Amino acid sequence: MQKRNAMSARTIVVPGDLLDESGMDAGNNAYVLNGKIYAGVLGVRNVHNDTIGVIPLGGRYMPTAGDTVIGIIEDIGPSNWLVDINAPYPAPLHVSEVPWKVEFGDTSKYLNIGYVVMLKVLMVDESKKIQVTMKDSGLRRIEGGQLVEMPHSKVSRVIGKSGSMIQMIKNLTDCRIFVGQNGRIWIDGNDNAEIAVEAIKMIEREAQSGNLTERVENFIKSRLPQKEKDDREEY
Amino acid sequence: MSGQTDMVLVDKKGMRIDGRKTDEHRPVHIEAGVLSNADGSAYLEIGKNKVLAAVYGPRECHPRHMQDPTKAIIQCKYNMQAFSVSDRKRPGPDRRSIEISKIIAEALEKVVLTEMYPRASIDVYIEILQANAGTRCAGLTAASVALADAGIPMRDIIPAVAAGKADGHVLLDLNKEEDNYGEADVPLAIVPSTDEIVLLQMDGNMTRKEFDKALDMAFGACHEIYEIQKTALKKRYAVSKEDGEDE
Repeated sequence: MQKRNAMSARTIVVPGDLLDESGMDAGNNAYVLNGKIYAGVLGVRNVHNDTIGVIPLGGRYMPTAGDTVIGIIEDIGPSNWLVDINAPYPAPLHVSEVPWKVEFGDTSKYLNIGYVVMLKVLMVDESKKIQVTMKDSGLRRIEGGQLVEMPHSKVSRVIGKSGSMIQMIKNLTDCRIFVGQNGRIWIDGNDNAEIAVEAIKMIEREAQSGNLTERVENFIKSRLPQKEKDDREEY
Repeated sequence: MSGQTDMVLVDKKGMRIDGRKTDEHRPVHIEAGVLSNADGSAYLEIGKNKVLAAVYGPRECHPRHMQDPTKAIIQCKYNMQAFSVSDRKRPGPDRRSIEISKIIAEALEKVVLTEMYPRASIDVYIEILQANAGTRCAGLTAASVALADAGIPMRDIIPAVAAGKADGHVLLDLNKEEDNYGEADVPLAIVPSTDEIVLLQMDGNMTRKEFDKALDMAFGACHEIYEIQKTALKKRYAVSKEDGEDE
């Protein structure tokens, strides 16, 4: 995501709000009418150099090429699976895009309905047809752990500045966490998974407030079992 | 429009039975995001009308044959609860609610950027909990707030209000008595940024001059309601002023 102008205050705009009439360029989620720029969606006004746009506060997840997402198998065909990735459209996963050699008609031996998989969006064409792949490092079927869903617009807060937030949660709770761009987050760990889930929920709740990383850190530390802390101090 | 009454709808001072002036609309209250399971929602009260609107989507369009490969379609369902009027309303879609669903969907299509979601469908559900004339306008007003709340890209938010004629006076935002015993009812919905008309109907008779006056009043009131819609949406997210969105 582009870095926002530090000077611009956080103003919420609604569709139809006038953003600019001084000749800036229209950025994301903005439209031009008679030389004036208007907001096209409910969100936060965002000025970047000479471009003015809106960062949406909600809305459906719209996949873009290169996104890593968590999908749930919805339907099985003889040579493909249909995966629900929380987008307005189902994403077909072709047998040539999985890391296994699948015979025609044997698709259900590998992935069944309800299985959860990590995917990468290969491309989205003009008519919004989605192609996804599992052939990339780290992509696999997810077993165990738990899945947390949140609005995709808040995912960037879970990740934090260059991954600071997610790194902090991983380090403190010792959990394996995978964040999908589509708002699905997978968490797997032993004792502290619940704490990690609660931390994620807290981020979702307070996504709009400042100093979040620090407060989440304090929250996790207060929730971690006391015994473990003592152990650490002894060594 | 149909009934007869000896009720004085507008007195000599130009005061109406509910204490409003001729060019005054009923008090409006809007709240956005009231339902957690829908993608977007809004609750609206205008006078004694109580309306709930919910939006799902954009999602895959279900009766497959209704898909449009170039744009999303808007499916709207306007429904009156059995308890919304004084005699029980027979539940289920009837001729009137099918018409209202259609005109509301067509009005919303004018502002939603449907080309962004080909083959998808955006579903709008409008429930009238309590009716006191002007529910199609109330429903449309609530639906457009719910759409914006769902984060659906749109050009503008649509406000709607009715004007009409009763007791020989041109009145803004008719209530039930004025609607029942009046002479005309003109619901209007506009796109405020361009003043385009997206919904205009007329039931009853009035002269061209009266019609122009009614339209002027309705335009003014639409802009007032527009501000209330915007405030309702902003209020929902006005949690903090601090810097957000890292990464």
